[in-house]
Amino acid sequence: MHHSIEVKELTFSYPDGHPALRGVSFSIAAGEKVALVGPNGAGKSTLLLHLNGILRGQGSIAVCGQALTEATLSAIRSAVGMVFQDPDDQLFSLTVFDDVAFGPVYQGLPEAEVRGRVEQALAEVGMSDRAARVSHHLSGGEKKRIAIATVLSMQPEILALDEPTSGLDPRARRGLIRLLGELPMTMLVSTHDLRMVRELLPRTIVLDSGLIVADGPTTEVLNDPDLLQAHGLEMP
Amino acid sequence: MHVHFLDPYRPLTSPVHALDGRVKFILAVAFILTVSLTPFGAWPVYLLLWSIVLSAEILSGLGVGYVLRRAALALPFVLAAIPLAFTTPGTPWLEFPLGPWQLTLTLDGLLRFANVAVKSWLSVQAAIVLASSTEFRDLLLAMRAVRIPRLLVAMFGLMWRYLFVLVGEALRLMRARSARSGIAQRPAAAPRRRPGGSVAWRGKVAGGMAGNLFLRAVDRSDRIYVAMLSRGYDGEVRSFATQPVPPGARVTLWIGLALLGLLWLGGTLVWG
Repeated sequence: MHHSIEVKELTFSYPDGHPALRGVSFSIAAGEKVALVGPNGAGKSTLLLHLNGILRGQGSIAVCGQALTEATLSAIRSAVGMVFQDPDDQLFSLTVFDDVAFGPVYQGLPEAEVRGRVEQALAEVGMSDRAARVSHHLSGGEKKRIAIATVLSMQPEILALDEPTSGLDPRARRGLIRLLGELPMTMLVSTHDLRMVRELLPRTIVLDSGLIVADGPTTEVLNDPDLLQAHGLEMP
Repeated sequence: MHVHFLDPYRPLTSPVHALDGRVKFILAVAFILTVSLTPFGAWPVYLLLWSIVLSAEILSGLGVGYVLRRAALALPFVLAAIPLAFTTPGTPWLEFPLGPWQLTLTLDGLLRFANVAVKSWLSVQAAIVLASSTEFRDLLLAMRAVRIPRLLVAMFGLMWRYLFVLVGEALRLMRARSARSGIAQRPAAAPRRRPGGSVAWRGKVAGGMAGNLFLRAVDRSDRIYVAMLSRGYDGEVRSFATQPVPPGARVTLWIGLALLGLLWLGGTLVWG
């Protein structure tokens, strides 16, 4: 079977020698929606940053059947839509339009198609009327949605999200969960929001101290109080 | 948190606001150039230049008062020209001792200083009208249109975008400090102890905050760069081709440039 993400024996240490990932292996099938949970400092964000080659550890990574190498880096970056935790990091352009257009412009698409992609991506996140707005004038929930639009416009096959619901009020969180549920692509979501995991993501990977300690159906993982407690998590 | 008060742009409907940003940018730069190239003592020319910037202020609906208040912020920089009043040779006007030195204020020196002050005052007003009537992204487009290096323009854009985020962060830091800066009742054991800590200690706290802000900014710049890489950034700044300047705005541009050129020529021929 053709896996969307295939990670084998991935190890990574930060420049100060602190090991962040210590032999991580998993595979995610196309269209699968997977949660990545674990305590702070477990290596979740580090792992996400490997999926599009921002960080390069030892081991092998293949995305959409392509091994991650210097040659495939560009293609893989446009296949993996990475949504960062702080939308202020993701929205670096002056206007919403410029931000959503950034990815497609770098994909080398003609202007008319870029405009079409921007419209479509903003419509998907329900923010069509915000295109001309200045990013720093938006609310937290709006910023989050637009951060997602900035990668949807690249039409990625995989979405990698880091803490998508952090800092959102209940309504914005609910709206975001609904939005993520409607998106068809493969998803890997790093989060502490286990209620969202139960609702949205059928499979859960638990990461602790750079190792995968559990990987299975969300219903099983989240119904194992001993496992959750051992790794700093709480039953939702 | 939103920090808007830094943004000089005032959204109004006026012919100045409606004018193409590129035309405004070029005219403002040309105005400042004319002001700085107009020779010393060409007071009538300065008067005419002032009338131009005044008309722009009135036409833009910003109001003369608004622009003058903002222009006052640039006043301290004029002080840098004060030595001119003492170093220019000419008729002594006033002499007074300052420590071991004897300072001579000359009439010519005073005029030169006034000349520099007027020049900077006029230039600042033009810049204020430009910044208050043009949205920042239009200014960036204008800079790109006049072939300012793309990387530089992209840096201006990022600076502008994150200025607000950084100011927000600084305000949060300061608020956190204020929240913990309550003054308790003086303990009986140390009645002479000053509340609020010593100046050195407060200086240390402020220094720590500045360092903290710097580190946060560095961290953020790393994260932004990673977010850019993730969407395909390869070190080259790309953007759409810009639309041509509409014919009406072109006419305004040429008339404006011709007017400024004439003023400069007149000033140079008569007073140069």
